[in-house]
Amino acid sequence: MKPTVAILVAPGTNRHHDLAFAFSQADCDHVFIQVTDLPEESKNLSSAQIIAVAGGFSYADALGSGRVFSDELNHRIGGILHERVAAGVPVIGICNGFQMLVRSGLLTGDPESLTTQQQIALAHNDHGNFVCRWVTLAPVSRLSIWTAGLSGNITCPVAHGEGRVVASDKTLTYLHDNDMVALRYVNHDGKPAAGQGPMNPNGSIDDIAGLCDSSGLVLGLMPHPENHVTQRQSRSGSPTGIHGLALNLFKSGVQHVKQS
Amino acid sequence: MSGCSDEVDAQRLAQSLISEPFGPQVAVTFVNPDEDPAASSELVVEVARRAGVTDRVAFQMQESAARLGLDVCIATGSAHRILGATHLDDSAVSELVERILCNPVVEIWDRSRVNPGFVPTSSDGTQSRVETVALRGLNDVQLSQLNRQRGLALDHSELLVVQQWFATEGRDPTDAEIETIAQTWSEHCSHKTFTARITTTRGDVVAPLLRQLRDCTRAINAPFVVSAFDGNAGIVRFGDSHALAIKAETHNHPSAVEPFGGANTGVGGVVRDVLAAPAIPVALTDVLCFGPADTRPDQLPRGVLHPEMIREGVVAGVADYGNKIGVPTVAGAVLYDEGYIANPLVFCGCVGRVLRGYDAIGEPRVGDQIVVIGGATGRDGIKGATFSSMTVDASTGSVAGASVQIGDPIVERLVGEVLVDLLDREVPLCTSLTDCGAGGLSSAVGEMAEKLGATIDLALVERKYPGLAPWEIWLSEAQERMVLGVDPRDVPEVLHRCLTRGVKATVIGEFTGTRRLIVQHGSEIVVDMPTDFLFDGRPQREMIADLEPHPTLATTSRRVADHAQMVCQLLAHPNIASKEAVIRRYDHEILGATVIGPMSAPWQTGPSDGVVIVRPEDVNGFALGIGVNARYGLYDCRSMAWSAVDEAMRNVVSVGADPSAVALLDNFSWGDPSRPSTLGDLVHAVDGCCAAALAFSAPFVSGKDSLNNEYESDSGVRQSIPPTLVITALAHVPEVDQCMSSTLSTIGSAIVMTGLTSDELRGSHLDLLLGSDHGGLVPQPDTTAPLRYRALYELIQEGKIRSTHDCSEGGLAVALAEYCLTSPLGLNVDIRAVAATDVVALYAESNGRILLEVDPNLVNEVCERLGLAVLLGTVSEDPDLHCRTHDTQFCVSRPQMATAWSGEV
Repeated sequence: MKPTVAILVAPGTNRHHDLAFAFSQADCDHVFIQVTDLPEESKNLSSAQIIAVAGGFSYADALGSGRVFSDELNHRIGGILHERVAAGVPVIGICNGFQMLVRSGLLTGDPESLTTQQQIALAHNDHGNFVCRWVTLAPVSRLSIWTAGLSGNITCPVAHGEGRVVASDKTLTYLHDNDMVALRYVNHDGKPAAGQGPMNPNGSIDDIAGLCDSSGLVLGLMPHPENHVTQRQSRSGSPTGIHGLALNLFKSGVQHVKQS
Repeated sequence: MSGCSDEVDAQRLAQSLISEPFGPQVAVTFVNPDEDPAASSELVVEVARRAGVTDRVAFQMQESAARLGLDVCIATGSAHRILGATHLDDSAVSELVERILCNPVVEIWDRSRVNPGFVPTSSDGTQSRVETVALRGLNDVQLSQLNRQRGLALDHSELLVVQQWFATEGRDPTDAEIETIAQTWSEHCSHKTFTARITTTRGDVVAPLLRQLRDCTRAINAPFVVSAFDGNAGIVRFGDSHALAIKAETHNHPSAVEPFGGANTGVGGVVRDVLAAPAIPVALTDVLCFGPADTRPDQLPRGVLHPEMIREGVVAGVADYGNKIGVPTVAGAVLYDEGYIANPLVFCGCVGRVLRGYDAIGEPRVGDQIVVIGGATGRDGIKGATFSSMTVDASTGSVAGASVQIGDPIVERLVGEVLVDLLDREVPLCTSLTDCGAGGLSSAVGEMAEKLGATIDLALVERKYPGLAPWEIWLSEAQERMVLGVDPRDVPEVLHRCLTRGVKATVIGEFTGTRRLIVQHGSEIVVDMPTDFLFDGRPQREMIADLEPHPTLATTSRRVADHAQMVCQLLAHPNIASKEAVIRRYDHEILGATVIGPMSAPWQTGPSDGVVIVRPEDVNGFALGIGVNARYGLYDCRSMAWSAVDEAMRNVVSVGADPSAVALLDNFSWGDPSRPSTLGDLVHAVDGCCAAALAFSAPFVSGKDSLNNEYESDSGVRQSIPPTLVITALAHVPEVDQCMSSTLSTIGSAIVMTGLTSDELRGSHLDLLLGSDHGGLVPQPDTTAPLRYRALYELIQEGKIRSTHDCSEGGLAVALAEYCLTSPLGLNVDIRAVAATDVVALYAESNGRILLEVDPNLVNEVCERLGLAVLLGTVSEDPDLHCRTHDTQFCVSRPQMATAWSGEV
């Protein structure tokens, strides 16, 4: 049976249709859940096998990217995302969804301090501007159920103004030691971007493009793999053509729930 | 935060809404607005938005505070603080702040501390009322005084008709009535010039310009045109694909005084046009014209912002709206010319996929309720339509302050989602709709009520703050609003669907069938006029055009000592140099539909020609191309218009679109047409448009004109923009996988150029760099181009072309260099067969030319089938450009080309 992904949408979310299309290519049905319809619609959220948080500018990012989205969800249905992860449900947050997951405490780094303080943030890009361009990503984590099965680098566009991963040295070490760095920006030849633009498009520390949590179920990333799931989309700018297809990232998540 | 006086509450608010790790830390200060802050040796400046200007941060704080149960403040405002050490005196600080840090049109500032402009939450007690304007009995001088004072922008003959009409009615107009007439009859809303009766200086009569364009479209009779020059956007349907709506608008005057807000609401406005089609937006375009970035500040006319400030604000404004509303900005152009210093141009275009309810949407019916959805109404953009029809002068910046607003793309996105919900169905939940643009409700409701009449109660309109006079509510151009005509039975459902998406919706009146427009505020009558006077009462404008050709100038010799150097200088010219810095700030990938984007894939090191868009689940897509070259218009507007059409066609043909399925848009930005020579230029340009459209069988489906783009200096000297025509081409790409990129693909490929190169260097970028007009002809119409484009399309369909690159600004020399930049490969060419002299061969910008990369074994077939084509050379592994000419041979190295094009020199 096809699994279903619940895609969380807030006022200002704008890449949910792209994300739904990507999941459909990975043989997964979807249901959109407007955060403003919660808690009435929370049943659909609880019954979904996968939860995804789509990109955009939720609440215009007015008080910080993803912040009001996170507060609003928390206000309406409490820590439901934490509960679902505890129940084994994979979660993916892309771009604004990543920012929202960080604010919601699902990607905090050291779980010991989960309740005490947010240790990671997504800050303004180092060059100060919104940036849209294709990037190459190296899957790093063997822990993440989303990236562990990827055999090679993937390519896809970034489109964000606040995507620079910031973390303390201590947190960074923790992330490394625990295999929680999921994806890194690399040059087209696969060598590390080494903090240099434009291949590291925002100045993220240690070229981090995506992070996972300690369970490996939750993935947050700034780039948009949902915009590179068909061969035709490769033409727009994939440096490695169809070899960089990002569809397998979604297939990995879907495969995981099909097997469990 | 106003009204919050408790320390604990304030701290809680600040901590829960603003403070965050790695981000802002907060300090809470209680201020007494009457107390002057202590003087500081540091430079401390605070800038806040004016009351009523969109402030999303403040809005969100208030909303979040309410949700957290911390609704202890009654109003919020946001400001930013700039710190610095300075020895500047007060007047220097003022100048610094007002020129660079703050735009007084939408912002206020102060030393040390600014008191945010909280919007009033209750009326100040003065009863807003309807005023009567004494019109009857005014003499000519008094009439023109009234015209100026109220900024009506009406012609004298129109004022007389209005005066006469009210005299017959036996009363004077209300303030709202005279303003309604001014809006409805404005150039912006009624296209007076394009519908005018034009007589030439020799006494001949010229058919009205809009009729010429319509007749041309009718004569072409293209099967794919669903609707042209009717409603909010042109509608086409290629083959059996989804119907598309397309529209382009200008937002020039607002962008001159408030670049961010002007461009921002320009995008918002054209998106609403497409929403009203009704269609869901899928692609945006923008063409921007600025003064040179290196203009010296002391050369700026008084009251004019520096071109760099304008460019930064405009680009940020376009990016902000497009990125947030979630529609890719895929195509455009950026041009620089001294003529745009006081009058920058901002053309915003939008393509949408037509919703299923399109066929059932049309005119409202008697009894239909008038529902306003979207943003609330404030004192925003009052009189935008008449403002945009006036000449700019030094005072425009402050006087027109209220004319510009900052947009709220999130609200418009939600409005769009609601409209999809209401209209993407066989039986839509409304009968008619239009967007609120220039003229606000007066224009939107007025147009919808033209055939039926309507009654409206302004007291029902949702307002941002109290205290608005009835005429202000009626005329307000508050953004992000749409007007729907809804069957009374569907009203509850419509209101409910809006509510669940968080979109405001209010019934404000109904369509009556009395053919009178009756606007009330409660029981008070604000407007009571028959619609036929409003819409048919305007006397046709009579205008005089001077069609004498511009003086010709015999060609003087153009000397280029060093071609390699000239190629680099051309590549570095701001019009030609890479636009990557702008392109990257626009999301051009959202929707996953961009197949050919604005930079050449995959290396992203060179330009694309057109762009190709297809829904990820379809193979049937469309291409967009843009043609504009105002410099030709200085000498020959007819040829300029043809050239712009040809360039837009070349763009789409180059990427593999079907040249027999192309629809065009015309957007004219011109000077004051009451000057016969300026109108003459316009007549020539329309003639060139029609001739080219007929030759290419590419009909115009929509258009827009922005006139009076002039600046009047203190000494009364008027400066006009160069006549600027932007042509947008929307073309069918039936099989997207066959489309072409501009990226060189294969070492050893042959490079072929199709088209004829002639001695047509006037208005060229070569002349621009040589620094003077060397005479001769601008690029002339190439009437054989349509046949060649057809042949090229067939070759592309058969897979016989490897890549293409169109030949435009800067001529063949620039096209060859750009082609090299698209990939790590280079070119080795001999251009002697192109033209008799090197200067013509390399730099002429003749129409109808496209470079092709071809399998060497197919060169003969390709050249034969194109009829007019010449083999230039081959694609080399060596990444440089090697070129053999009549007089010499030269090489431009890859780093030289890359550096020049990137604008680093």
